[in-house]
Amino acid sequence: MLDKELRSMIGKVKDGRMDRRAFIQRLAAIGLTAPLANQILAIGGVAMAQSPAPYPPTKRGGGGPLKLLWWQGPTLLNPHFATGTKDQDGSRLFYEPLASWDVDGHLNPILAAEIPSIKNGGLTADGKSVTWKIKPGVKWHDGKPLTADDFVFTWEYVSDPATAAVSISTYADMTVEKVDDLTIRILFKNPTPFWANAFVGAYGCVIPKHLFAEYKGSKSREAPTNLAPVGSGPYKFVEFKPGDLVRGQLNPDYHMPNRPYFDTIDMKGGGDAVSAARAVIQTGEFDFAWNMQVEDEVLLRLEKGGKGKTTYAVGGDIEFIAINFTDPNTEVDGERSSMKTKHPILSDPTVRQALALLVDRDSVKKAIYGRAGRTTANYLNGPDDFVSKNTKWEFSVEKAIALLEKAGWKAGADGIREKDGKKLKFVYQTSTNGPRQKTQAIVKQACQKAGIDVELKSVVASVFFSSDVANPDTYSKFYTDIEEFQIPMTQPDPALHMRRYVSANVATKENKWQGPNFPRYVNKDYDDAITAAETEIDPVKRAALYIKCNDMLWQDTVFIPVMHRLTVDACTNTLQPVISGWANRTDNIQDWYREG
Amino acid sequence: MSQYVLRRLLIAVPSLLAISLVLFVVLALAPGDPFSELATNPNVPPEVQAALRAKFGLDDPIYLRYLHWLNAMLHGDWGFSFVSRMNVDTLILQRLPATLYVIGSAQILALLIAIPVGVYAATKPYSLFDQIANTLAFVGFSLPTFFTGILFILIFSVTLDWLPFVYSTDIKATGIHWVLEMIRQAIMPVAVLGLFQAASMTRFVRSAMLDVIRLDYVTTARAKGLGQAKVIVKHVMRNAMIPVVTLIALQMPVVFGGAIVTEQIFRIPGIGSLLISSILSNDTPVVMAVTFVFACLVVLFNLIADVLYGWLDPRISLR
Repeated sequence: MLDKELRSMIGKVKDGRMDRRAFIQRLAAIGLTAPLANQILAIGGVAMAQSPAPYPPTKRGGGGPLKLLWWQGPTLLNPHFATGTKDQDGSRLFYEPLASWDVDGHLNPILAAEIPSIKNGGLTADGKSVTWKIKPGVKWHDGKPLTADDFVFTWEYVSDPATAAVSISTYADMTVEKVDDLTIRILFKNPTPFWANAFVGAYGCVIPKHLFAEYKGSKSREAPTNLAPVGSGPYKFVEFKPGDLVRGQLNPDYHMPNRPYFDTIDMKGGGDAVSAARAVIQTGEFDFAWNMQVEDEVLLRLEKGGKGKTTYAVGGDIEFIAINFTDPNTEVDGERSSMKTKHPILSDPTVRQALALLVDRDSVKKAIYGRAGRTTANYLNGPDDFVSKNTKWEFSVEKAIALLEKAGWKAGADGIREKDGKKLKFVYQTSTNGPRQKTQAIVKQACQKAGIDVELKSVVASVFFSSDVANPDTYSKFYTDIEEFQIPMTQPDPALHMRRYVSANVATKENKWQGPNFPRYVNKDYDDAITAAETEIDPVKRAALYIKCNDMLWQDTVFIPVMHRLTVDACTNTLQPVISGWANRTDNIQDWYREG
Repeated sequence: MSQYVLRRLLIAVPSLLAISLVLFVVLALAPGDPFSELATNPNVPPEVQAALRAKFGLDDPIYLRYLHWLNAMLHGDWGFSFVSRMNVDTLILQRLPATLYVIGSAQILALLIAIPVGVYAATKPYSLFDQIANTLAFVGFSLPTFFTGILFILIFSVTLDWLPFVYSTDIKATGIHWVLEMIRQAIMPVAVLGLFQAASMTRFVRSAMLDVIRLDYVTTARAKGLGQAKVIVKHVMRNAMIPVVTLIALQMPVVFGGAIVTEQIFRIPGIGSLLISSILSNDTPVVMAVTFVFACLVVLFNLIADVLYGWLDPRISLR
């Protein structure tokens, strides 16, 4: 669509000459999705629609206990130390951000009085600052008022490297200043299209200045509040036993009307996913269980005549097979998979394409993921506005064979194809995990039919995902030809997700293999597109840039996506949880209620 | 006797040091990284990981880290958990009550079954009672606890809906209801573990009794006209208990160390489940502390067993 036409339409919506819905419908007609249309309106100066959350309870409390089962219980309750989602989930019961992501990937105000937009003066056209208004009258659990000072302090606390907060990257490149008691302004160094990062979502929780002020920097570990949080959330802290139990009770002064619904909240940890599913779906001993990493077949069996069901939320997590562009079997200066080498076989694009044709996503979905996965050709699978429509995947052994034949890979005496004395042999590694080993078997079988010999290797997860420099089996060292695992998309914006694969991020000996570009993919066009996207304020152009990046990964077959994975949880039939694939499980806990 | 105890004590100290050194080196050389969860998270820059590693001293050489640990330990500082960022002793103390209650009850149950059944079976070898007891014992220790545990859950929780299968440390009840609820939720784990232990212990008690019951002095005692009960209790049991005491004493660390499998199945927040989750998250200070406590307990109960031998058979302490 023409830029001009779009802008005139935004103008019409602003003046009230066109209704929002009509605007969104017209954009949808030309292939843009509703969330994108909303985002265009937001940046164009129209306030973002609040997603209508039907919340029937008409009074606070009265819902009895809410019993949650996290098979890996929270081990700490400071959101800025949280090493995994389990810790973020636990902290989030007590601490809150300015806003969080709802089910559709829209911003939903929590501590904010409103979502910033150009119209309300929250956003500036140059994309270099955002002003947030804080809801008046919010109190910390100890009765002290929550003000702009707490936000400024949280920024100081987190961005101090000595604090060793894991959320530091969110806050490091910005300045947070107090405008008045209930207004803060965030100043960015560069135009920042994804402004909704600091103070939003998992790493956005604000902590009370009056309790943490003495424990900034190197003394951060000593704060008593690390173990007994005092926040502003719907539940007040009662008790914490790391890995076992987090307890909270209703906050009578909570700032949202009629919320929360439950009188107490228990988050029990430990055990495994299958028995957690059983305790919710089959016996109803618990109301909700987190992260059902269980084969769909098992869940379907439990659901028959049970007291609960499984729920699904769509985010952007992707299970994929990555291809090594460098040679893992040649050592250069004490480093395998060195940038000075080229993979002898996989540097041939035909071989990569053939390999992509040999991954049978449908079978993988049927045999393993079931309702928990969607087949995809894209590396970037959400939010909707960033998903490419230009790609498609196919499973065809015949086509793969034809491609290889054409490129001169002929079957040898042992049935394995070879060319110039090089045999089509791969080592395929992944972390030890049932579904992954099954996927390996499915891929290997198809490869065998096409004359490719695949050796399977699995590495225990604690080694595979470690950053241990001494270990040759980590995913980032990538000392094999291809490897499979999942990368979670931690925010509803592709910037971080896609930035990983710029050439500056290649994992090498120099950066102790901490660079997240483990396939060692180098493409100047990709780098340029990412750089452009990071400062592009126009959401349409920006989305187009990320779609272009995704398509480059697809064309060059850097990744073979296996499954777009959904968030799977178990809950009893009466509980109405609000789960967003773009947020943590407990991010919308204030809206949970029970029916009947 | 006191000299005997002192000698044993002096052996214990260097063995503990050696154990701690071995444990520490093994853990330090083991693969894995406590911050691996951060590695796949694109929000966390590699510098933060590196800073955390440096802060927690993970990049220091092993000998320095060991000396540091030993020094802290001698000052009563158990270190702190990388994962929870809290002190290890607090973590362990939080977990101890559940372990002692459940595993302890299971051990008592095991003893209450094993000693009478074992003794009675030994007095009437190859009788019907003995054969039934033996068969049950074989069945009992052939079935692993993870199997019986799930079987119990399927029968008593899922099908009959009588008992809860998730152990709760925080029962919302007071007085008699609290006690009843505590008992109710412990029935399954205690039964699973207790019956398993009882099975092997019964076999042990029986064979220890049979060894002694055939000795000449027992025949002599009988020939003097002593009653059967007196012969068994005063003459046979006292001697037969020496190997049994060894077994029980060496089982005691298990009571403190928890039963990893049973704790996982029933979600009992005990030391065993702490150990397993710490191993999984590479939380070395916790693993080190728990395993070292375990080692201390083994050494301590060996010592107690030695002292008990001395009491059961005074000749031992004179050697």
